[in-house]
Parts: sequence; C-alpha cells; structure tokens
Amino acid sequence: MLLISCPYCGERPELEFVHGGQAHIARPGDPSACSDQQWADYLYRRDNIKGVHAERWRHTHGCGRFFNALRDTTSDHFLATYKVGEPPPAQAQAQAQLRKATT
Amino acid sequence: MSQALRTPSGGRINRARTVRFTFDGRELTGFEGDTLASALLANDVHLVGRSFKYHRPRGVLTAGPEEPSALVAIRRDAARVTPNLRATEVELYEGLVAESQNRWPSLKLDVGAVSGLLSPFIPAGFYYKTFMWPRRAWQWLYEPKIRAAAGLGRAPEHPDPDSYSNRFAHCDVLIVGGGPAGLAAAHAAAESGARIILCEQQPQLGGSLLSETDPGAALGDGEWLSRTIQGLMNHPRVTVLTRTTAFGYFPHNLIGLEQRLTEHLAQPDPRQPRERQWQVRAKEVLLATGAIERPLVFPGNDRPGILLAGAARSYLNRYGVLAGRRAVLLTASDEAYRSALDLHRAGVTIAAIVDVRPQAAGELPEAARRAGLPLHTAATVVGTTGRLRVQGIRIQRLDAQGQPQGAAERIACDLVLMSGGHTPSVHLFSQSRGKLHWNEALQAFLPGQSPEKARCAGACRGIFSAEAARRDGESAGALAARDAGLAIGAIIREPPLLEAAGAAVPGELPQPAGRPAIKAFVDWQNDVTSRDLSLAAREGFRSIEHIKRYTTTGMATDQGKISNLNALGIVARQIGKAIPEVGLTTFRMPYTPVTFGSFAGYARGELFDPVRTTPIHDWAVHEGAVFEDVGLWKRARYFPRNGESMHAAVNRECQSVRTSCGLFDASTLGKIEVVGKDAVTFMNRLYINSWTSLAVGRCRYGILLRDDGFVYDDGIVARIAEDRFHVTTTTGGAARVLAMMEDYLQTEWRDLSVWLTSTTEQWAVIAVQGPGARHVLEGLVQDVDLSAAALPHMSVAPGRICGVPMRLFRVSFTGELGFEINVPADFGAAVWEAVYEAGRPHGITPYGTEAMHVLRAEKGYIIVGQDTDGTVTPDDAGLAWAAGTRKSDFVGKRALERPVMHGPERKQLVGLLTAEPHVVLEEGAQIVPDARVTPPTRPIGHVTSSYYSATLGRSIALALVRAGRERMGQTLYVPMPGGNLSVQVVSPVFYDPKGSRQNA
Amino acid sequence: MRDLSAARQGPYVAASPLVRPLPPMTRLLLRGGSDTLAAALAALGLPFTEAACRAVSESGRSALWLGPDERLLLAPQRQLIELTQLLREALGGRAHSLVDVTHRQCALEVRGPQAEVLLNCGCPLDLDPGAFPVGMCTRTVLAKAEVVLWRTAEHSFHLEVWRSFAAYLSKILALAARELTP
Repeated sequence: MLLISCPYCGERPELEFVHGGQAHIARPGDPSACSDQQWADYLYRRDNIKGVHAERWRHTHGCGRFFNALRDTTSDHFLATYKVGEPPPAQAQAQAQLRKATT
Repeated sequence: MSQALRTPSGGRINRARTVRFTFDGRELTGFEGDTLASALLANDVHLVGRSFKYHRPRGVLTAGPEEPSALVAIRRDAARVTPNLRATEVELYEGLVAESQNRWPSLKLDVGAVSGLLSPFIPAGFYYKTFMWPRRAWQWLYEPKIRAAAGLGRAPEHPDPDSYSNRFAHCDVLIVGGGPAGLAAAHAAAESGARIILCEQQPQLGGSLLSETDPGAALGDGEWLSRTIQGLMNHPRVTVLTRTTAFGYFPHNLIGLEQRLTEHLAQPDPRQPRERQWQVRAKEVLLATGAIERPLVFPGNDRPGILLAGAARSYLNRYGVLAGRRAVLLTASDEAYRSALDLHRAGVTIAAIVDVRPQAAGELPEAARRAGLPLHTAATVVGTTGRLRVQGIRIQRLDAQGQPQGAAERIACDLVLMSGGHTPSVHLFSQSRGKLHWNEALQAFLPGQSPEKARCAGACRGIFSAEAARRDGESAGALAARDAGLAIGAIIREPPLLEAAGAAVPGELPQPAGRPAIKAFVDWQNDVTSRDLSLAAREGFRSIEHIKRYTTTGMATDQGKISNLNALGIVARQIGKAIPEVGLTTFRMPYTPVTFGSFAGYARGELFDPVRTTPIHDWAVHEGAVFEDVGLWKRARYFPRNGESMHAAVNRECQSVRTSCGLFDASTLGKIEVVGKDAVTFMNRLYINSWTSLAVGRCRYGILLRDDGFVYDDGIVARIAEDRFHVTTTTGGAARVLAMMEDYLQTEWRDLSVWLTSTTEQWAVIAVQGPGARHVLEGLVQDVDLSAAALPHMSVAPGRICGVPMRLFRVSFTGELGFEINVPADFGAAVWEAVYEAGRPHGITPYGTEAMHVLRAEKGYIIVGQDTDGTVTPDDAGLAWAAGTRKSDFVGKRALERPVMHGPERKQLVGLLTAEPHVVLEEGAQIVPDARVTPPTRPIGHVTSSYYSATLGRSIALALVRAGRERMGQTLYVPMPGGNLSVQVVSPVFYDPKGSRQNA
Repeated sequence: MRDLSAARQGPYVAASPLVRPLPPMTRLLLRGGSDTLAAALAALGLPFTEAACRAVSESGRSALWLGPDERLLLAPQRQLIELTQLLREALGGRAHSLVDVTHRQCALEVRGPQAEVLLNCGCPLDLDPGAFPVGMCTRTVLAKAEVVLWRTAEHSFHLEVWRSFAAYLSKILALAARELTP
C-alpha cells in the first residue's frame, strides 16, 4: 500500500485515494473543431511509461481533491505531488532527467 | 520409556510441567516450553512424515521456521485442523493432537512410497514430458488422477470457527527479529524516544542466544539478555510482539505482520482472535532476521536422523534433548564443531567428524582433537544407510584435487549433523527490492542498498557472532532512530566483521565419477535432487527462474529457505558460470505461510461488506419482504402475502399500482445537490439536456453520457432554485456519477462557481404511485396544492407532510399519477407508516423492485446498465429528443457527431411481443432475423428486459436490435434450446403511449 | 392530522463498551472560498483557520475542515433554522453552497484509553497524539466505510458516518472491542 502525499492533507495511505489515470490531458476547448482522430486520441491514447509518469490521483476518502503526481513506475516512488493547475515541479523534472541519464 | 533422550538437566523448558500429547494416536509426553519437534525427539521419534513426491520417510531437519520436512497436521476438532504446520514451530500444549501427513495406511508402512521405487522414472519435468498425448486425455484421465495424488495435507471439512483480527500501526522504527542484533537495535533506538515495534517469530526473545547454554558468555555480559528484554518490555514507547512473523515487505515501508495469539494455548478463549494481522507503516525498518544454516548435499541426505548441526545443538541446549546417541558431524566450517563438542559433553558418542576441508586448524577443531573426537579432514560422504532412521554413513577421502578416491569407509551412527555454513536471511530485504551482492568469503548473498528506508543488522548481513551482531545492532538501531528524525548521541558504525570461519561452496559434496543414482536432496519439501537440477541444465535451461519452475526447486511453502543456494551452486557448476552470474530467484511474500483467515480479518459473514439499509427497511422486514442486493443496498424485491409466489406477488403489486395505489421505497436513489451561481452552466455542460429553460419548481429527465458518447447514467433533475438543482442518479451510479462530476468540476471547469454535495442519505424517498395517489396524500400534505394544475407532472414543491419538512416531487417511473415524497431520513419510517395508514382505505399496496421493473418496462423506460451496456447512445435508446440541440457542447457531444454513431447498423431499443403471449423471453437471449439459419450465425440483437405483464395479460420484452426502429412489425426469432421463438417488433412503450395517466 | 415532527428515528447502532451513539445534531455542509468560509464562521462565533484537517469549536458549535473549500458545521439539534438564517444573512451575495446534511449521517463517540487501538482495527491512519492531535479531523476509511474522524480529547473521538453504514461500522467496532482488555 503506497503512502501518498496529498498536497492538502499530507501523507496518507493509498486506501484513501483513487487513481485517475494520466495527468495533463486537457479536454479540448472546442470539441467540435477536433477531427475524429484527435478526439479518439483525447479519449483513449495514453502513455505507458517505464520511469517517471505524471498521473492524477483523487483523495476521495480525504479532502476529495484531485491532484497530480510524478511517480516512478519502476520503483513506485513519488517524486512530487502538486495541485491541479500547477505545472509539474521543475526540480522533480530535473531529478527525473537525472535518473533517466544514470540508468 | 518416556522421553528417553531428555537430558537430566538444562535447557529452557519447564521440567516441573509435564505436557501430554499424541502423535498419530500414540500418547507421549514433553515439557512446557517444548516444540512438537523437540518433544518428539525427546521420545526418540525421528520419523514424522512422508515426502511430497516420493513418499520418502522424513524426519526433523531444523529447529526453526525454515523446516521443510517435519510437516504435521494439528487437530483441535473437526473444524480446527491445520495442515502443513512445521513441527519445529508448533508449541506443545496439554492434549495437543498431531498427525503425520502424506502416508497411507500408516507412517511406517506407506503405500505411496511405491512412487519412490519408480523415482528413476520420474525425472525433472516428468509431467510436462509424459502426459502430452493424447491431448484429450488431460481432461478425463491425467489431470483428475494427478490432482487426486497431488497436494500435501488436508484442509478441514468445516468452515473456520475462529475469528481473526486486523490492526494498523505506525512506528518510527520497526525491528524484525529479536536476537542479539534486534534486541540491541531496539534498545539503542528506544533510548532516543523513538516509537518502536519489535517483532519476533518465536515465543521468546533472544534468537540464537536461546540455543546457548550460557548466553552471557557468548556476549561477555552475563546480564545483558535479561536486562535488555526487561528494559524493552517496560518501555512505554516499545511494543514487543512475540509469536509474530514479518511475512511481507510492501512499498513505502509497509510491513505485514502475522501474530499468533492462541495457537499455543490448550484452551483458547473463544472470544479472542486466533491471529492478528498487522499492517505496520514504519519510518525506518531494521531487519535483524538472522541466518539459516545450510544443509550439505550428498546421497541419501534426507533420512530421518540427519539434522542441521545447529539444530541438534538447539535441541540440546534449549530443550534438553539429545537428537541421537551416536553422531557423525559433517562440516565445512569451524563453527559447526560447537555442536559436536556440546553433544560430546552431554554424553553423545561422536563417531566421527568429517570435514571436507583439507585442514581444520582453528580453535574449535583443536578443542575437538583435545576431546579425542575422531576427525577426518579432506573427506566426503558418498552415501548413507537406514530406512526409517539413519544407521550409518559411508565416507571417502579426497585427493589433492578434491576428488574422492580409495575405498569407502562405513561409520555406524543414529544421528548425522551437517553444516554447509550459514545463509543470511535476506528475504524481507529482497522483498523491499533491495539489491543483493555475492560475498565470496562467506559464500553468501549479502544485502546492499534498499530503495526503501531499510537497513540490516547482525547475521542477516553476514555478521554472525553474537557479540559482533549485538554491537552491529546497537549502532544500526541508533542510526535508524536518527533517520526517523530523532535526536541520538554519537554512533560508531563498525564495518561488517566478515568472519572467514568458512562455509561449504554451495552445491553437492564431491562424489566419485559414475556413481549410482542415489538421491542427494537439495529441496526436501518438493523432493528435488541434485540430479534433477543437473538434468535441467543438461536439457538446455540456463535461466535460474526457468530451472526453478521446471524442477520446482524452491517452490514449496518453505520457499527454498534452506535449498536455494545449493540449487544455485549445482546449476552454476553445471553450466560453468559463477554463482552471482546465475543470479537468484525472486523472494516473494509470505516468508512463512499465512492463514487466509487473517487476511480476511473482520470481513467475514455479515461483516464481509457493509449492508446498507434504508430508513424503511425495518418496516419491510416486518411486512415479510423478500430482499435483493443492489450494490451494497438491501432493497425490498416483493412483498409476498400468504405464501404467494414471486410471480403472484408481483402481478398483484403491479395491478394495485395500475388500478389503485402503490407505495415504494426509492430511498436508495442517488441524490446530488448541485449549488452555485453557475449551477445551470455546469448542468448544461455535463448533461445532454438543456437546463436553461427549466423553471424553478420543475423537473426534467436528465441523461448523462461519458465523453465517448455512451449513456452513463440517468435520472430526474429538479430545479429547486435558480442556483440549486436536486439531481437524482441510479442507485448503483450514485458514487461514480458524483466522482465524474467532481472530476470535470475540479480539473476541467475550474471557472465555474458550483459545489456538489451528496444528499443520497439525507432524504428518505417514498414513492406513492397510482390513480389513487392524490387522494392518499391529500390528508397528509401541508403547504402544497396537489392539483394537476398547481403541481403538474414533472414538478417539485417544498412543503410539509404531517409536520415534517419535505420536497414533494410529482414524478412517475410507473406511468401512473405519481408522487415521490422526500423527507429527512430520520422521519422516513414514521412518514412511510403514516402514508401507508392513510392509503389503506384506498387499497394502497407496498411494492418492490420487481414490480417497479415491470411497471417501467410497460412504459418503455430504460434502466441504465440493464437496457444499456456502455455502447448505447441516447438515440439508440430512443432518447435523442432529450438532447439540447442548440448547445455547442456537452459531455459526449463530440463523440455523437462521429458518423458511426448514426449508422444503419446501430442497435436500437424496441419492444418485442412473443407469438405465444405466455412465453417470457430470457433476458440476454440473442435475436436472429431468419428462422432457418443454423449456427454459427451473427445475431442482430439481444433481449435486455423481459417480464410477464399482468396489466397487459401477456409477456413483454425490451431489446436492442440492429436498425430496430425500421423493423417495426417484422417477425424476428429468438433461438432457444427448445427451438426458435418468434417475436414481433413493436414500440417499446406497451402501455398508455400518450401518457394521459401520469398527467392525470 | 398526525404531527410527526418529533418522530425521529436514527439508524441502528450496535452497542459496545467504547462506542456510543451521540444524540441528533444539526449538520450543514458549507462550501466556498476562504473569505466566504471566514465570514460564515465569524457569523457563527467560530474562529477561522485555513489549517488543513483542523476543527474549531465554540459554545456547542463546531466547524470541521474537510477540504480547502469545505467545512462541516455541527451544532445542537434545535439550531438548524437559526444557523441557516445566520449564514444566509452573513453570506448574502457571496458564492457558496450550503446544504443540510443533518440526516445524511450520524455520530458515534469512541472513548477510552484504548480508543486509538480500537479505531486502528480498521483505520489506517496514525492516531498517536503526536500525529493526530486533539482537534484534528479528517475524512478517512474505517474498515469498508468512509468516516469523518475528529479527535475531541486525548481519549475521545467523534465519528461521523453515513447513516446506512452505521450498523456495519458499529458492529465492526463491537467485534474488534472484544479483543481489548478492559
């Protein structure tokens, strides 16, 4: 059971959370302007990363907030969690790059 | 004579308390403090079981949880039979009943042993190779026969009557292992004020020190052990858990502990749980898991009476038991000489010490020489004799190249002690995904760095001597406390003292070339021999993971605790690689077997899942309702009267609603209060409907899609105020719809000023449906004009009923004049009863979900999830009218614009009438266009709902049929085992298509 | 006509030594931005804090932090109308949501030196006073039910649970309490 740091409540056990899939996939502002392919990509196409992955979590049985996290899928370690609307933390990104370079 | 091999004094048993027990019906005695294994050995019983595959006689090999061989069943009563317990772990209690396994008719005369005679014909991969042909024989011959013969031990035949407990716990430092390293670590960490949990699998703390006659001498501090234990027991921040195994290491320092609470008691308190499973989240984990002695691999090494050297020493020093009278020690290290010396002092004849090393010059071998023990260096064992107990060994000299030569010498004995050195217990460390490194001097894998906040101390990282382990534990404990954020004093972390005391190179002892095929066992529990492993390598297997699966080595419940390294050594040698190049197989949880009961914990029987009931539930129980499960809810399905069948009850309930009045508990409907100045915008974006035009006080049937365009949920939505909607969802959809709404609100539409609150359980919902509904309510409702003009179909009004505040909905899921009274839940039961009383003169009838289903199907109302399946668009379901056509966007709109969502091939909701009116179709039945087609054929649809309608006096069905609306009037066919049923395609609205009744 | 305005009936709660049902009370769920929440709490005579997972109490009224824009307001049963009125006046034109959830849930009190241990039979949180001090409150899970857990004193916890889960939850606690030494 993972220990996840909610940006509002702090570290909490995974039992309180629901995973929400890949992060930073915005719903197109004008869906009718999308081609079928673009819409299908929005609906279904997701990365399957070995390494640092940006993903959504919701602290469902806690503050109820959605937030984003950078998690290394090879170790399950979280590099960062951050609120909706915030960009992925730069420092963590750098750390991720560093990890990639060394492994 | 009883306990013939018990020493006259010594050991940690309580000689004042004799304990009686039986083994295979034989009455025996032991002492308090014995394990079943030590008590059996005290009675000179070595033969305790038959092996898994060859049914070979087997005895006690070890003195701990690593035991692969001495597996027994413990029987308390018919329901409390626990198979496959390790006799070395079973604590003796008065009246204990133990049974041997895998033998018939008896342990000494086992018919299954014939498979041992056939063993030359059962090589590695035997089953894969042999039962390949004919393929069909697998089903009726091979698999049933193999299954009947396979397995070890028998499960009890009754449900488990014991209870099990769960506990979550947190600590700064979790210490696994209560030996010298673990105790010292706990002591050091406790000084910092850290919160500590110390778990130890044995009943007592002390670890290897318990097998010393004088633990103080081993530590150079006579009082250390008792002083340290006392200190920890009395420390307010230290929790000491004995009889507790750390069985699994999970991500982010979550450790699973299994605590055995009553297993050692003669008469457990039935109120107490048998076991408690802990989930401990530790800031720091300190593994002091010790080391396990490695057996030697030589022909006939599995006979009863052949033990690990350290185990025999434990039996002597801890339990006061001599494992035999005439012993031979086989070793490759100095350390094992202690066993021979201790047994010699206790009066056991040491017939020989056989040391495979060219010389043995250390302090301990010298002591053995001084004691006059016959010492053979540069020697190997080439065989053993004896059937149910070892009677002798044959040894041969090794030449300078380490090859056996000369004639074999036979040495008579009834006890063989063997030691291949020690293997650090790195199981938990490895489970933490920590990397292991091969240490050539110790011939062992040692822990490296763990990605978790974990560290090792003592023998599990190669620091074997008690004193060194204690010092290692002390500094590791302080460091763990520091890393957990506590202030500590100065620490000196000493480098590991890797004692070159030596260990045999893992693998098989040298054997003469061309020797006969006598079994040299590597894995006692799965009966894997060195020959099996060599064969696998010769057949081309290279990966240790493949060899493991092919030979099953290390795959038994002991997980190869004593066998893995020897297996690795044999494979490495066979394929000409070094051990670290071959690599280890993965260590998996559990370390030792864990009961299913403890994983279930409290979640059994009526507490397996929450049972959710409505405020009206007790009334329905009292009225004799039959319930059905809908998600976690219990819902009244029908209310049988005077022994009615379901069919009769449902017919009666339906007709009451159509002709007079029915009463229905709709409290489980999901309800969400959508509030905020942008509430209408939110609703417009989310639902396909247009909400702008919905006036306050009016309701609309809302349809929710996902962005893939398919129907996700539906329900009545009421506008309570300009900025407030009362949204209802399906019973099963309540949680997921709210989650979906929150998702869009929090992540996509953060510009909206709207909040969502679940009110499912705030309101009890009492549906009053039928032509008499208004009359029933007239005398109860205050502040609301119930007339059709003031409160038309699809409207809502606040008011009171019998003085209780309510939201009164004029809605209908039956097609009749209908109301849904929403009252605060605590008033639900009282208001329900008041309505029922008021309705009795009008023939009011409570009805259940079954009648509700029939009534709505008569009207062609869909149930999401029954008439839709995640591939149905609003148009497919005949609901395209609901969509707000002028909206530029809503969830699912873009997907609906795809041409395929409108193609001629789409399945559409239609009604079906069977040619034979009393035949009720089966839900899920397939539909074909032509009666003459034979399988395989492609169905054009399927039946989604099907009932007998008492109102219509015939069966009705809803179905999804390809281009269904173009097929009105057509005859289609439903193939059933008895032949095709012909059906006519009709409108899905079977009853009152104009809707005049609900508008009454 | 019958008057049922006093005919309240709460959900079944299994009795056990450490657990008792608390009497009915008024519950409002308030949502809104910080300014709104501050104004609301001021109107109720409660101090406002943005600190996560903290409850404030005064004169029988409490506000529990459940999320950054969410407070659960608890008050004596008879204050429902009064509170609603006060908040309506205080919040005026401010964007907010106020929903009556008085009947949605019920309250249990878990009290005694072993309260922490009992709750940890199903609650995965660290309930040591150092990690979960008096005044801390949060939604969490207890066995298979969601609860709001609020530490009101060193050995006392206030649990809010949806009414249909109350029977299950109290039965689990009664079962777990059997293993605790009195």
